Amino acid sequence: MTTITADHHGDHAHGHDHDADHKPAFFQRWFMSTNHKDIGTLYLIFAIIAGIIGGAISGLMRAELAEPGIQYLQTWANMQHSLLGVEPATLDQAYHLWNALITAHGLIMVFFMVMPAMIGGFGNWFVPIMIGAPDMAFPRMNNISFWLLIPAFTLLLGSAFVPGGTGYGAGTGWTVYAPLSTSGSAGPAVDMAILSLHIAGASSILGAINFITTILNMRAPGMTLHKMPLFVWSVLVTAFLLLLALPVLAAAITMLLTDRNFGTTFYDAAGGGDPELYQHLFWFFGHPEVYIMILPGFGIISQIVSTFSRKPVFGYLGMAYAMVAIGVVGFVVWAHHMFTTGMSVNVKMYFTAATMVIAVPTGIKIFSWIATIWGGSISFKTPMVWALGFIFLFTVGGVTGVVLANGGVDDVLHDTYYVVAHFHYVLSLGAVFGLFAGFYYWFPKMSGRMYNEFLGQLHFWVFFAGVNLLFFPMHFLGLSGMPRRYPDYPEAFAYWNGIASHGYEVMAAGMLIFFVNLIWSLAAGRKAEGNPWGEGATTLEWTLTSPPPFHQFETLPVVD
Amino acid sequence: MMKVKSFILAGLLAFAPAMAMNGQALAQNEAAASAAATPVDADPRSSDPGAPADSADANVANVSAAAPAPKVAAPPRMKPTEGIGMPRPGEITLQQQFTDTGRTARWLHDVMLLPIITIISLLVLALMLYVMVRYRRAANPIPSKTSHNTVIEVVWTVVPVLILLAIAVPSIGLLADQYRPAPKDALTVKVTGYQWYWGYEYPDAGIPEFVSNMLPEDKAKANGEPYLLAPDNRLVLPVGRPIKLIITGADVIHSFAVPSLWVKMDAVPGRLNEKSFTIDKPGVYYGQCSELCGARHGFMPIAIEALPPAQFDQWVLSQGGTLTGGTAAPAGQMGPQQGSTLPGPPASEAGTTTL
Repeated sequence: MTTITADHHGDHAHGHDHDADHKPAFFQRWFMSTNHKDIGTLYLIFAIIAGIIGGAISGLMRAELAEPGIQYLQTWANMQHSLLGVEPATLDQAYHLWNALITAHGLIMVFFMVMPAMIGGFGNWFVPIMIGAPDMAFPRMNNISFWLLIPAFTLLLGSAFVPGGTGYGAGTGWTVYAPLSTSGSAGPAVDMAILSLHIAGASSILGAINFITTILNMRAPGMTLHKMPLFVWSVLVTAFLLLLALPVLAAAITMLLTDRNFGTTFYDAAGGGDPELYQHLFWFFGHPEVYIMILPGFGIISQIVSTFSRKPVFGYLGMAYAMVAIGVVGFVVWAHHMFTTGMSVNVKMYFTAATMVIAVPTGIKIFSWIATIWGGSISFKTPMVWALGFIFLFTVGGVTGVVLANGGVDDVLHDTYYVVAHFHYVLSLGAVFGLFAGFYYWFPKMSGRMYNEFLGQLHFWVFFAGVNLLFFPMHFLGLSGMPRRYPDYPEAFAYWNGIASHGYEVMAAGMLIFFVNLIWSLAAGRKAEGNPWGEGATTLEWTLTSPPPFHQFETLPVVD
Repeated sequence: MMKVKSFILAGLLAFAPAMAMNGQALAQNEAAASAAATPVDADPRSSDPGAPADSADANVANVSAAAPAPKVAAPPRMKPTEGIGMPRPGEITLQQQFTDTGRTARWLHDVMLLPIITIISLLVLALMLYVMVRYRRAANPIPSKTSHNTVIEVVWTVVPVLILLAIAVPSIGLLADQYRPAPKDALTVKVTGYQWYWGYEYPDAGIPEFVSNMLPEDKAKANGEPYLLAPDNRLVLPVGRPIKLIITGADVIHSFAVPSLWVKMDAVPGRLNEKSFTIDKPGVYYGQCSELCGARHGFMPIAIEALPPAQFDQWVLSQGGTLTGGTAAPAGQMGPQQGSTLPGPPASEAGTTTL
């Protein structure tokens, strides 16, 4: 029996092992998959499609917001109505379409783009490989996790074409606050959106159980918890957050459903309920949710920074436990999303203080990344460039979070574009930069082909310029008072809105470069070696061929 | 406690009328605006919140009967000052503040938070640029193997803690200030959010609820007011006297927000939220609904018209209200200030004011 050790590199070829590389026929392989890599690929394809849809919706929003006044909404609403064969939309229905767009953008990006890509895509692909496991612990459950997303996404998209109150589609915002989502939204659209969240939530819970079981039970000999790559740590923490947070969301939206359809009054004061109860439950899930989206990004950045600096991660244990701390504290800060709901002063003081605490472990991570680079020998390959962009932009998004954490200051910034700028800096420029960094980093491993380095760098710079132009002016809009979720605004806000919309155009050009690169690289990219990154890449995936054999580690590697 | 505890109003006061009102809101807006454009009374109000659609008619009646009926004419509608109480074009910072807590909060943001976060961001940027240049492969081909340094790890844990403590002290103080309960003589106004307009009621002064709808674009422009910020009826408040807003929602959650007064409080059905502040300068202060409340969420603006006490009293009387104990602040101290936007004495201008 041969043992493969972690420091065996590409010379150990798995490709010749026919059993390991025997692939089932097309339908069986892709529709009945139990292979973590294939399922990871499915997740990534799904996330890219959802990202295109969600990104296109934000394009519609930026087009409408480019100038004061309503330019396109009425036309779009009429198109929607003619598609459904109903009379042309009223102005109120056009405004409702706006709310449906912001709702869809938020839900799609959170539940159908970032989460499937981070956890379903990269998590599935690389967690088993990085811990030296042949597959996930529950391969069939893994498959159902993915396939649940299809009906969930279909329900959400379908909700745009059924009545949802004033107009068509769910116009409640991604937070689905009662009573707007109960008595305020007649028609099946909101029910469909809720059911969509239920199914997507079930998918994530199954995925979380799978990851926890895999990571805790299937590590290769010698792979102790304290030797696990930080990406695996990040997915482990994320999986616990999912497992603890999503059931609360499920409960909250189940009560929404019964309030809507079966006459209960959980969130209706007239029946002894409380609209604020929904917000507490939602944000008890919703705040950990933002860490669910960003933590795997932290993990990816740690791997990349270490690889391209050719140095081990600085302060490994601090990095791992900073993520654990962020996860734990992330559960006790939720009401900072509700500072203006009329909470008592003591509650507001507590949530102000608790929220600021999160800056400490986050700071540890930022400084540790820089310290990892310090003394290194840096090569500025595309993944590294994205990772460096991540570190800086996440810092910018993080510090505005410290501003918003102050309940007394939040009174004026709450629900303004300042908040929109903040969470897009940590998500659009944080999580999404993490996604692109990971995508370029692992693309050679997943596809067996190198991406085009020039296009990758060009993509970074155009996208970097675009998103900053798009989101930085939103800080100014928020400070001067522009509320969120408005299809139209006073003239005074025209300047920065115009700039932001131009930023979208630049960003969209960046995305075109990405897709050109993706298609070109898949079709004609240079064949990738097992380890294209050299000595800095020390995790187990780089000991395999690119792409890895259909089943890897049939004999477990031993980590020393 | 400073806040009125979540308060369940079975058969919530304005529920039924609010539903009935929805369809009529626009018509009323039209009527109110046109009525207000007539010279006499720029502040139409409904005599009965239960039938707000009547307010337009009542108002027209008011106008026609203006000569004999009202003993006191309302003060003229105040002209807003460009850039005060509203966003400025291309603005990059917070609006100028007109309350004590607003100034304290703005100070906390401008003097503490903004510099601190800018310095931290620049520090991170500088460190990154340094390592990128110093440790690029060409300059440093052999990487070091250092992966621990306890001292520096303790430093970058403790220093942020100290910075956060420095922020937390004034921040917690600010919260305590913001929650200081209004004194007994504060003027109480009940604010109700409806889909999609606001209702204002003055229980102390006995002024029943009147509603406030957005002005259409042509009327706002004709009126010299910013479109999408200007409503027909403003929330009229006295300067220099503590104000206690009791804020609630009739149908869904709205949020009553006026950035230049540092006010933002959700209007939640079934709850009475309280917000206290004192406005220190006459003026028109605009705001917008700040919680997604349905189709016309972006079209239910707020305007507070802050009057000196004497003129506020005059307004109260013109609305058929009664002056309550605390109203009479010394009028002399609170007259129009230099550079104020306040028009002259009402009597001389009342006849010429148009909306």
